[in-house]
Amino acid sequence: MSPQSKPSDHTGLLHPGLLAPDDRDAIYRDGQRLDHAEGTSRPLHAQPEPQPRGAKVFGNRPIDQAEAAARFIAAPEHEKMHDERLWDLRQKRDREMHAIPEWEELRSLASAIKEHTLTHLDEYLEAFEANAHSNGVHVHWARDAAEHNRIVHGILQDHGAKSLIKSKSMLTEECGFRDYMASVGIDVIETDLGERIQQLDNEDPSHVVVPAVHKLRTDVAQVFAKTIGTDPNNSDVHYLAEAQREANRPLVLTADAGMTGCNFAVAETGGVIVCTNEGNADLSANVPKLHIASIGIEKTIPRLEHLAIFVRLLSRSALGSPMTQYTSHFRGPRAGGEMHFVLVDNGRSARLGMAEFWTSLKCIRCGACMNTCPVYRRSGGLSYGATYSGPIGLIIDPTFNAHKYSNLPFASTLNGSCTNVCPVKINIHEQIYAWRRELVKRHEVPFAKKLAMKAAGELLSRPSAYRAAIAAADVALAHLPRFAIYNGLNAWGKHREVPHPPKQTFHSWYKANRGGKDDQPR
Amino acid sequence: MTSRDDILASIRANRPKVDRPLPPVPLFDDHPPASLLAAFKENLERMGGIFLDLPGAGDQLEPVRAKIAKAKVVCSTVAEVPGNRDIAAARAPQDLADVDFALVRAAFGIAETGSVLLHDSELGVNALAYLAQHLIVLLDPSDIVVNLHHAYRRSEFQHGHYAAFHTGPSATADIEGVLIHGAQGVRSLSVLPLARAAQPLGG
Repeated sequence: MSPQSKPSDHTGLLHPGLLAPDDRDAIYRDGQRLDHAEGTSRPLHAQPEPQPRGAKVFGNRPIDQAEAAARFIAAPEHEKMHDERLWDLRQKRDREMHAIPEWEELRSLASAIKEHTLTHLDEYLEAFEANAHSNGVHVHWARDAAEHNRIVHGILQDHGAKSLIKSKSMLTEECGFRDYMASVGIDVIETDLGERIQQLDNEDPSHVVVPAVHKLRTDVAQVFAKTIGTDPNNSDVHYLAEAQREANRPLVLTADAGMTGCNFAVAETGGVIVCTNEGNADLSANVPKLHIASIGIEKTIPRLEHLAIFVRLLSRSALGSPMTQYTSHFRGPRAGGEMHFVLVDNGRSARLGMAEFWTSLKCIRCGACMNTCPVYRRSGGLSYGATYSGPIGLIIDPTFNAHKYSNLPFASTLNGSCTNVCPVKINIHEQIYAWRRELVKRHEVPFAKKLAMKAAGELLSRPSAYRAAIAAADVALAHLPRFAIYNGLNAWGKHREVPHPPKQTFHSWYKANRGGKDDQPR
Repeated sequence: MTSRDDILASIRANRPKVDRPLPPVPLFDDHPPASLLAAFKENLERMGGIFLDLPGAGDQLEPVRAKIAKAKVVCSTVAEVPGNRDIAAARAPQDLADVDFALVRAAFGIAETGSVLLHDSELGVNALAYLAQHLIVLLDPSDIVVNLHHAYRRSEFQHGHYAAFHTGPSATADIEGVLIHGAQGVRSLSVLPLARAAQPLGG
């Protein structure tokens, strides 16, 4: 491990200004910069700036994602760092993909295994339950979030447990678990660094894999100064991470109970698999006597041979790292310990019946769709005001509440990149489009948006009218004064320069250069 | 109706009536690396692990002894190197909170990823591998499989209650992507490719 300055070739950054002049933070082995786990492949540094906060939530009113995104964009250091960090993960993912010749076959297999399991989910859940029972695990079933929270509280009460250490779990986020536990006097301690930062800052995770990716080191320094007593002026990342480790360790050693989520539940063995980089799930599950695992019912897969496919895909897709540092298999309680599994539906079985949307249940929560999405990268996960953000969030959140999350399916360019990187081949961008249609059908789309879409629909259905409109718009763009283009009414002119209009439309160029044969159907 | 019955009934009512057969899963082992050990080493190092080269002659355990020479508390579950903390005396995982170095034998390793599998039968106390500040793993080179498909055919997953792949040390980059070793668990993971002692005859 030798720190050194490396002003070598760092081209290809989205925001070259973020390139750190030296790389004292990095870890080197034999002259090679390590970038495993979620580590960046290049040295980055942003300037301090107040942290923009997430979407404003007003009860059941539709979340205004665009409003929160505008505030994120108005904080350029945060926006650039976020954009750069996630694009780096996406590029590392591509590097891993190219190193595995069977990558596309793995994706097809993963998709097929998930679709098979989901269409036989009742059978696999029963097999999982029976095998878990025979391993000595207590199995519980929860219809919804409230029942999940009550069951876990009941188990803790049975053991007189007052404190709970847990690893990150999107399912418990979905269940509002920490708020519930606070209301009944149970002290919950998150053990993942990013999730702990978010807990101490009273914020939700902004990303399924890297929960505090929207924060700068200076933001973390402020949170830790207020909560665990670090020096507010020291934002050295090694210092901050070490301080959190040391602050959490005594809480880990004295906790009454431990909790984890579940990445995969294997019907054949009745065991659950949890993947982390920090080893915090293993601490949470192996130090206290009591281990509770919360499991979304869609996490089931048939056999261990199938697990191999998903483990190979998960971390490569999520972080561009060949494997998480820890891939842990929990099959039964330790001697003298107790293990409980809580199988949670919370809308999943109903989603199984939605013809256009059931395949969203294939999701393994890798976050690749978020890392690649231009809207997500530039607006931050908290702008979505929902448990799940980014492209996968756009198609899952409305299944929980189609009114509150009615704006989300419009936070997409439909470029299809999410679908292309999805390791289980969910047709995400097509489902986003299908949700737009569904929301119009359910009258969940505001009048102005509907009117604009209706006008666009009529224009797009008549090629000659479309061509005339495009030619007119290009002429207008070339001659209009700035105030006419960059004003509040033109969303495409906000925060960006509108591209230079072409001198000619493609259609007129084609007509002029390809012999004037206009045989296109009209 | 119980919640269990409700959920299963809802799944049966809603599950798509489409034919989705379970595909056969290949082993993807047509092009194994020339040396499993060399591939293991390369991938372990990429993941932040330390590969200890076996001395060509003399004391095979010298690299391990050098690492633990100055450590105060060493807890070993391997016969090859004794520690000074008896794991059998630990009544609770918390008793191992002050361990500086833990030594364990891996059930097997994976060339594809540089991972070692630690199994509860070898760990004694599972938390040892996370509470210790540093972890040293002995791995028999003949226990390295080519990839994860071969790994999941091993019998270790059919018995015991706990098994974990360790691929490098505990790590995080949750703050601005800066890589940290020793996030919550061990600060370093070293692997010595040492063959298992021969089984005693008639044992």
